[in-house]
Amino acid sequence: MSKRDDASILPANPPHGEPKLGYLPVADIPHKPRVTDTDPKAARRAERQVAGMFILSMLLVVLFVVAFVTIDVTTVIYVPVLGEVGASNLALGLTFGGAVFLIGAGAIQWAKKLMPDVEVVQERHNMTSPKDDTEEAAATYERGKEESGFARYPIIRRTLIGALALFPIPLIVMLRDLWQTPAGANPVEILSSTSWRDGERIVPDIGHNTGENVPGIRPEEIPVGGLVSALPMSIKDLKDDVVANMRDRGKSAIILVRMDPEEIRSQQGEGWDYQGILAYSKICTHVGCPIALYEHRTHHLLCPCHQSTFDLADSGDVIFGPAARRMPQLPIRVDGEGYLVAASDFEEPVGPSFWERG
Amino acid sequence: MKFLSHRRRKPWVATALLAMALLVVGGGYAAVSSTAPAEAAMGSQTQVEEGKRLFLEGCSSCHGLEAQGSMNGPSLIGVGAASVHFQVATGRMPMSAPGAQAPAKEVIYTEDEIAAMSAWVASLAPGPAIPTAEQLDFADADVAEGGVLFRINCAQCHQAAGGGGALTDGKYAPSLMNATPQEIYEAMLTGPQNMPIFSDETLPVAEKQQILAYIDALQQAPSPGGLSLGRLGPVVEGLFMWTAVFAALIAAAVWIGIKAR
Amino acid sequence: MSTTTPANTGAHPVEQVGGQAATFVDQRLGSNRFLKRNLSKVFPEHWSFMLGEIALYSFIVVLLTGTYLTLFYKPSMAEVIYNGSYVPLQGIYMSEAYASTLNISFDIRGGLLIRQMHHWSALIFVAAVAVHMFRVFFTGAFRKPREFNWIVGVALTTLALAAGFTGYSLPDDLLSGTGLQIIRGILQAIPLIGTWLAFFVFGGEYPGGDIISRLYSAHILLVPGLILALVTVHLIMVWTQKHTQFPGPGRTNNNVVGYSLLPIYMAKAGGFFFIVFGIIALLSGLVNINPVWIFGPYTPDQVTAGTQPDWYIGWLDGALRLMPNLETVLLGYTISWNILIPGVIIPGILFTGLALYPFLEAWATGDKREHHLLDRPRNAPVRTGIGVMAIVFYGILWMAGGNDLVATAFDLSINAISRTLQVLLIVAPPLAFIITKRTCLSLQRRDRDKLLHGYESGRVLRLPHGEFIEVHQALNEKELAVISSKPDHPVLPAPQKADIDGVRNPNYRKDMLRHKVSAFFYGDNIPKPSAAEIEAGQHHAEEQAAIEAPLHEYEERDVIYNAHGGVLHHPGMPKTNAEQAAEQESRT
Repeated sequence: MSKRDDASILPANPPHGEPKLGYLPVADIPHKPRVTDTDPKAARRAERQVAGMFILSMLLVVLFVVAFVTIDVTTVIYVPVLGEVGASNLALGLTFGGAVFLIGAGAIQWAKKLMPDVEVVQERHNMTSPKDDTEEAAATYERGKEESGFARYPIIRRTLIGALALFPIPLIVMLRDLWQTPAGANPVEILSSTSWRDGERIVPDIGHNTGENVPGIRPEEIPVGGLVSALPMSIKDLKDDVVANMRDRGKSAIILVRMDPEEIRSQQGEGWDYQGILAYSKICTHVGCPIALYEHRTHHLLCPCHQSTFDLADSGDVIFGPAARRMPQLPIRVDGEGYLVAASDFEEPVGPSFWERG
Repeated sequence: MKFLSHRRRKPWVATALLAMALLVVGGGYAAVSSTAPAEAAMGSQTQVEEGKRLFLEGCSSCHGLEAQGSMNGPSLIGVGAASVHFQVATGRMPMSAPGAQAPAKEVIYTEDEIAAMSAWVASLAPGPAIPTAEQLDFADADVAEGGVLFRINCAQCHQAAGGGGALTDGKYAPSLMNATPQEIYEAMLTGPQNMPIFSDETLPVAEKQQILAYIDALQQAPSPGGLSLGRLGPVVEGLFMWTAVFAALIAAAVWIGIKAR
Repeated sequence: MSTTTPANTGAHPVEQVGGQAATFVDQRLGSNRFLKRNLSKVFPEHWSFMLGEIALYSFIVVLLTGTYLTLFYKPSMAEVIYNGSYVPLQGIYMSEAYASTLNISFDIRGGLLIRQMHHWSALIFVAAVAVHMFRVFFTGAFRKPREFNWIVGVALTTLALAAGFTGYSLPDDLLSGTGLQIIRGILQAIPLIGTWLAFFVFGGEYPGGDIISRLYSAHILLVPGLILALVTVHLIMVWTQKHTQFPGPGRTNNNVVGYSLLPIYMAKAGGFFFIVFGIIALLSGLVNINPVWIFGPYTPDQVTAGTQPDWYIGWLDGALRLMPNLETVLLGYTISWNILIPGVIIPGILFTGLALYPFLEAWATGDKREHHLLDRPRNAPVRTGIGVMAIVFYGILWMAGGNDLVATAFDLSINAISRTLQVLLIVAPPLAFIITKRTCLSLQRRDRDKLLHGYESGRVLRLPHGEFIEVHQALNEKELAVISSKPDHPVLPAPQKADIDGVRNPNYRKDMLRHKVSAFFYGDNIPKPSAAEIEAGQHHAEEQAAIEAPLHEYEERDVIYNAHGGVLHHPGMPKTNAEQAAEQESRT
C-alpha cells in the first residue's frame, strides 16, 4: 500500500487512453486506443507480465552462477536435436542468454503496453544554415586570415605546407623494418629457391618429428597408385626453429605419386621421374594452398581452396580452375643406398606468382 | 579430466573383445584339432571355388571372366583380398552403373560369400590381405599423433572433421563418420576408386593405427559448443546465421514495431 | 510527506540524487540545455529502422566478449606442446595462439560461450551492417542531405570486413591459416610492390613469426578504434539530421512522426539491446561455431577439404574460384589477372562505386532536393534493380565460394557448378535487374489503378441490364497516403544543339548524356494520376457504390467476417443446401 502512496505524490497519471506527454495526437494520424488504455485490468496484467520477466531474469542469473560453479567444464550431456553437447556451455548460455533476453523483452513489453503509443510530430529544419550565419562565418574567416597574415606572408605559408607535408615521412620510413631484411636478402631470390638440392633425401611428412628415425623412402615402397606427402630430410635440423620450419613446410613440401610409366604422357624434364614415381610441389601455383587431393586413376590433382586441377601425368599442366601455372615438378633419382633423393632444386619458383617472377 | 576419454562409448572395446574372442576360439580349435591345417586348406580350396562361382555370376560382366578387366571395370589381378572385402562389404560392388564413383550402398552378399570372393581374387596373384585383428587394434595408439597424420594424409579429401569432400567431375571422397576401422584400413591399403594407396611401408601399421584411433575419436566426438551444424565450416555457419538467427532478430524488431492491441 | 510540496523536493530519494547529479554536471557542461532539446526527440518507428541497431548492439557484444577473450588469448606464434584437456591434440606442437584458443574453449569456464558469442555476434554484426545498408539503399535514405553518412557507412562496412578477417585468423588453426595463405597469394599478385608488400606484412617469407601479433593489434586496437570513432560520427549525424521516415498519413518531408526518445525509445532501444544480446548468448549456448579444435594447428603444408572463409569474405573466395586462369608476362614481369581481378580490382570497384553512388544518382537524375521521406523501392525502379543485381551478384559469388559443399550436398560435379556459375555471374545480374525493374513498374501501375479506382474487391455484380461489373473498394487512409506520396521525378530535358541565335551549346554532349541517364532512371516511371483523373475515378466509384448500396444494406444485416483471407463461420454465412433444407424442415 505504501508504494501506491509514494506514487500519489507524483503528478497524477492522466486517465488511460489519453496521451501522457505534452504532445497531442495530430489530427490526420489515425490512432486507436489499446486494450491496456481502456481496460485497467489489462494494464495490471501487463504490469505483472513485465515484472514477471524481470524476476525470471534475476532468477536466471542466480542459476548461471550455480551452473558456473557446479558444472564441470568437460561434462557432456545428450540433448535431443542438439546431440551430445558440452553441459557447461549449454547451461551458461541458456541462463545468461535468458536473463539478458528477458530484461529486453520486459522493457519492450512495458514500452508497448504501458507507455503512451500516440505518435507525435516534430518539425524538421532545413540542414542549410541561415544566410546570416553563413555570412558571419565567412566574415570571421576573412578576419582570421587577415589577422594571421596567412595571405601576406607567402614564405611562411609555403614553408608551413612543406613542413606539414614532410613530417609524416619518419612514420612511414620506420615501417621499413616490418621485415628486417637479412644482408643481401632479396625477396625474388628467396621465393625462387627451396631446400631441395641434388642428393637431398626425401622423407615422409609425419609432423614435428619428420626426418627422424626414418632413413628415407625406397622406390619399391611406393606402389603404383600410391601417394606420399614428403619433405626434405634437412627439415629435421629446423625442428626447434619454428619460423624456419614453417617456412620450409610452406615451400619445400612435395607429394610423391607413382603411376605406370606408360601412363606418363609428359613431364617437365627428361627423366625427372624414377620408374614412374613423380615428385610435384604441394603448394598450389594459384594462391598457395597445400594441395594433395590426388585421384590415382585420373592422375588429377585438385586444390581444395579454389579447385584448380592439375594433370600429373601430363607435366602437371592446369586442366581446370583459376591457376595459371603448371605445378612445378621436382627431378628425383635414387642415391647409393637406394633411397629417393632430389636431383636438383625446382627449376621454377613454387607457389603463387609474383611480379618479378617472369 | 580428459575431455573425451572419460565418456567415450568405446566401440573399440567391442572390436577388441570380438577379436580376442575370435583368437581364443580359433586358437582353441587349432589346439584341439590336429588335422586343422589340412582341413583349413581344403576348406579354403572350396572357398576359392565358391568365390570363383560368385565372381562369374556377379562381377565378371565388368571385370572379365578371368578378372583381367574390361572396358567397364579394372583388372582385379593382384588387388588382394582386402580390396575385395572393402568393395563388397561396404556395398560399393557390384555397382549399379559403371562410373568413377562407387557409392556405398546395401550389401548384397553374406560375410561367407565375401570371404569366398576375397579368397578367389587373392588366389590369382599376391595382393594386400585383409588386415588382421592385431593390425586393427588401435587401443594403444596415440590419438593426437593420428590427428597430425590424418591432417597430412587424409583431411585434404575427407575434410578435417571426416565429413567428406568433393573431387573433380562429380566424384567425391565419402564421409568417414560411419566407416569401420577395417574399412578404413583396407581403403588406405588398397586405394579404392580414385583414392591413392598408402602402403604399409610409407605409412607403417603403427601410423595407420594412430589414424584409426583419431577417426574413431572424430566419430565419437561430442560437440562441446552445442549443435554441430555438421562441422562443415563457415559456409554452413553463415547460412544458419542468415536464416535462423536473422529471422529471430528481424522477428524481434517487427514485434517491437507492431502496435500493441 | 505532503502532496502540496513541489515535485522536486517530494521526489523519490534516488531521483533527488539524480537531480543533484544533473545539476552538478550542468553547472560544468551546460548539459541541461542539451537534455531539454533531446530527451523528447522524436524517432519514427519501423522494423527496418532497427537493422542499424542490430549492427550497433552486436558490435557492443563483440567489444564486450572480445575484451574478455583478450584476458586469456596469447597472440604468439611461439611453439608450445599442448597439454590441456582436449585429448585428440594432447602432446602436439602448436602455436601459443592456438593453444590459448583451445584453453579458452576447453579449460576456462564460460570461455567457449564467450568465444562463440564473439564469433556469432561478429557474423551478425557484418550481416546487420549489410542489411542495414541495403535498407538505406533501397529506400533512398542516402540522398541529400545524408550522403556523408552513407560514405561513413561504406567505410564502416569495409572496416567490419577487416575486423572480421583479422579476427578469423587469430586462432591460428588450419582453416584460418589457409585463409592467410590465400591473402599472401593475393598480396603477392599486386603489381610492382606485391612481392615486397607480402614480405613486410608477414615479417619475412610466409608465414614468418609475426603475422598473428600484427593481426592482433589491428584486430583489437586499430580496427575497432576506427569503427568506434566512425560509429560515433554516424550516430551524431543521424541525430542532427533526424531520422528519415516512410510515407504515411501526416508524414511529410518537413516533419518527423513517431515516438519521443524518453520514455519510449529509451525503453525500446534499450530493450532491443538486451534482446539482441540475449539472442546471441542463447545462440552461443545452443549452436557451435568454428570448432577450431577439429581443424588442428596451422602448418603451411596441411589442408582440409571444404576450405572456406566466413560468409562476408566468402564472395571474394568465390570470385577467386570463378575467375578464368589469366596471367600475362610483360617484359619479364608477371601480372596475375586471375588473382588481381577477383581479389583486388572487383572489390575495389564495388566499394568505390558504393561510396560514390549517392553522388552518381544525384548527378544522373538532377535531383538536388533534400529528402527526408523515404522512397518506396518500386518508385525508383532503376535503383531497386541495381540493388537486386548486387544481391544476386553476391549470392552467386558466395555460392561459388561454397561450390564444393554444393557439389557434395546435391551430388553434382564441381566443374559443372563452377562453369554454370561463371555463366550465371555474367547473365543473372542483368536479368535480375530487368525483372526487378519491370516488377517495380507493374507495381507502379497497380498503385495508379488503386488511386484511380480503389481496390479490386473480387466481388462481381450483375447489373439489372445484364452488365457484369467488379466492385471496387475505396482505399483506406493509410494506403491513400502511402500511394499518393509517390514523388515526381521529371526526366532532365534533352539539350538543344544550339540556341535560337545559333550559338553552339558547349555542354551539349554532357547534357545529352545526363538526359539519357536520367531517362534511363525515371523515363519509364508510371505518372501519378492528376487530381482531375482521381476525381473522375472517385466519381465512378461513387456511381458503383450507389448501385451497390442496396446490396450493402443486405450485407450489413449479417456481417461476414474476413480474417486473413479466410472466412470464419458465422450465423450469417451462406449455408449449404443440406443445412438450408434442414432449417426449412425444422421451421415447418
